[in-house]
Amino acid sequence: MSAASLSLTANSSNPAPAAEPTSPARTTENHMTSAAPTTIAASKPAPKNYAEPIGRALRALLPPILGFALLVGIWAIVSMKNKGIPTPEVVWHAAVTLFSDPFYSNGPNDQGIGWNILSSLKRVAIGFGFAAAVGIPLGFMIGRFKFLSAALDPIISLLRPVSPLAWLPIGLLVFKKADPAATWTIFICSIWPMILNTAQGVQRVPQDYLNVARVLNLSEWKVITKILFPSVLPYMLTGIRLSIGTAWLVIVAAEMLTGGVGIGFWVWDEWNNLKVEHIIIAIFVIGLVGLLLEQLLIQIAKKFSYDSNS
Amino acid sequence: MKSLVQIENVGMSFETKKGSFVALRDINLQINEGEVVSLIGHSGCGKSTLLNLIAGLTLPTDGALICGGREIAGPGPERAVVFQNHSLLPWLTCFENVYLGVERVFGQKEGKAKLKARTMAAIEMVHMAHAADKHPGEISGGMKQRIGIARAFAMEPKILLMDEPFGALDALTRAALQDELIGVMQKTGATVVMVTHDVDEAVLLSDRVVMLTNGPAATIGEILEVNLAKPRNRLTLANDAEYTRCRAAIIEFLYQKQVRKAA
Repeated sequence: MSAASLSLTANSSNPAPAAEPTSPARTTENHMTSAAPTTIAASKPAPKNYAEPIGRALRALLPPILGFALLVGIWAIVSMKNKGIPTPEVVWHAAVTLFSDPFYSNGPNDQGIGWNILSSLKRVAIGFGFAAAVGIPLGFMIGRFKFLSAALDPIISLLRPVSPLAWLPIGLLVFKKADPAATWTIFICSIWPMILNTAQGVQRVPQDYLNVARVLNLSEWKVITKILFPSVLPYMLTGIRLSIGTAWLVIVAAEMLTGGVGIGFWVWDEWNNLKVEHIIIAIFVIGLVGLLLEQLLIQIAKKFSYDSNS
Repeated sequence: MKSLVQIENVGMSFETKKGSFVALRDINLQINEGEVVSLIGHSGCGKSTLLNLIAGLTLPTDGALICGGREIAGPGPERAVVFQNHSLLPWLTCFENVYLGVERVFGQKEGKAKLKARTMAAIEMVHMAHAADKHPGEISGGMKQRIGIARAFAMEPKILLMDEPFGALDALTRAALQDELIGVMQKTGATVVMVTHDVDEAVLLSDRVVMLTNGPAATIGEILEVNLAKPRNRLTLANDAEYTRCRAAIIEFLYQKQVRKAA
């Protein structure tokens, strides 16, 4: 509220001419304020306009910065009490060295962190891709046909709560190799949200749209492309987002067990080398990659979401 | 006048958990070509059920419905429906929404250019040319319903079925759309069946007003002929004796003969 009253007084004491051209910075700012003060702010003199967005940005950034400061503070205290845990400063220097050359390769057991992240992402992409290729069509069919849904629901309900790592030995047995076995666990953990969300989306296609299809007597192809697919898409994207989230959680654990190149294996390797600062770096990196994946999919989902009431 | 739709001894009951629920019984009605018929009655009396039967969206449990000499066995583009909630597909532009129907009906015989011209003509008829490339989410409720009407008219149906087409709109927008509809019906000579619960709307737009008794087991109570010259103008009608008579007759039916039980 202080911003509004500030602009009110500024306006009454210094009434600017209406014809004064507005700078681009000001127009963006006006979009962000609420409707009532906007009209007043539009005729404000220029200098105050820069102070206000900066102030707002500071107010928005302050809580997260304080949060991180608190985290680092607690970490620093803990590391002082416990000699095994490296201090934030040590970790920072280790990170700088590590990221100065992320893509080196000294054989399969000593590669840069960049390679490790990329090979984990590759496994996730492959397992996830197969899960999408199987799960989305299966979800469509389960949503469309009551019989299939009744037949497969109990199986899905039984298998879904199982940790995907329990499937790892089966993967090792079938594929005889560690790498495809890790991909296999990703496939298993990604497929459930994909099936369930797609099926739910198909079941929730508004009856109105289906009535439109019936009245227009659209062909099956048109029904799928113009009505079913677009209305299921937001649900499908939710399934994909959940899948990617779990896949990224699971890959770390799977790689710890299977070895090879990958961020999960790297964490285990650094534990064996007792480089705890690298483990802490890995925790931040894994979190950051997960966050980016999530944000990417949220952005994609936004593009395809339609307000059904509109 | 040639008869277009015959409804013969139609009854409709639904199976519910508590047993069979009779919604409609003994409906007999003939709709002639070029005629505008309103279905009016209290809510829950089965007006929309009857319209859905003509549309073919549901099939009757008794009797038969015939359109153009053939029994109605399912929905089809010769019986276009304007839904109350417009039912435009939100991921298509207004143009594409209308085009979807046009393509289905005329796509076999006509080229793309002709189909596009038809679509545009229908959109222009409801004065929405400026919004053809907008998505339904970007336009107002009244504009959406205009597009819904354009979609139905563009298919050149034998009969146009409207399920409380203006029910979700405010009074001023509704009046504007009624006037629009009067103009479009005048131009096309369309046969229309319209469900409404608005007495003025019924008198203003229709040739005949079919009044349904209260449900369950609703049937046709009275049929009122509206002997007013077309095109009609709401301003000059306000003090017209025939208009007042029709209005009074419907109100008497709804509020005296078919008093709504406290809901």
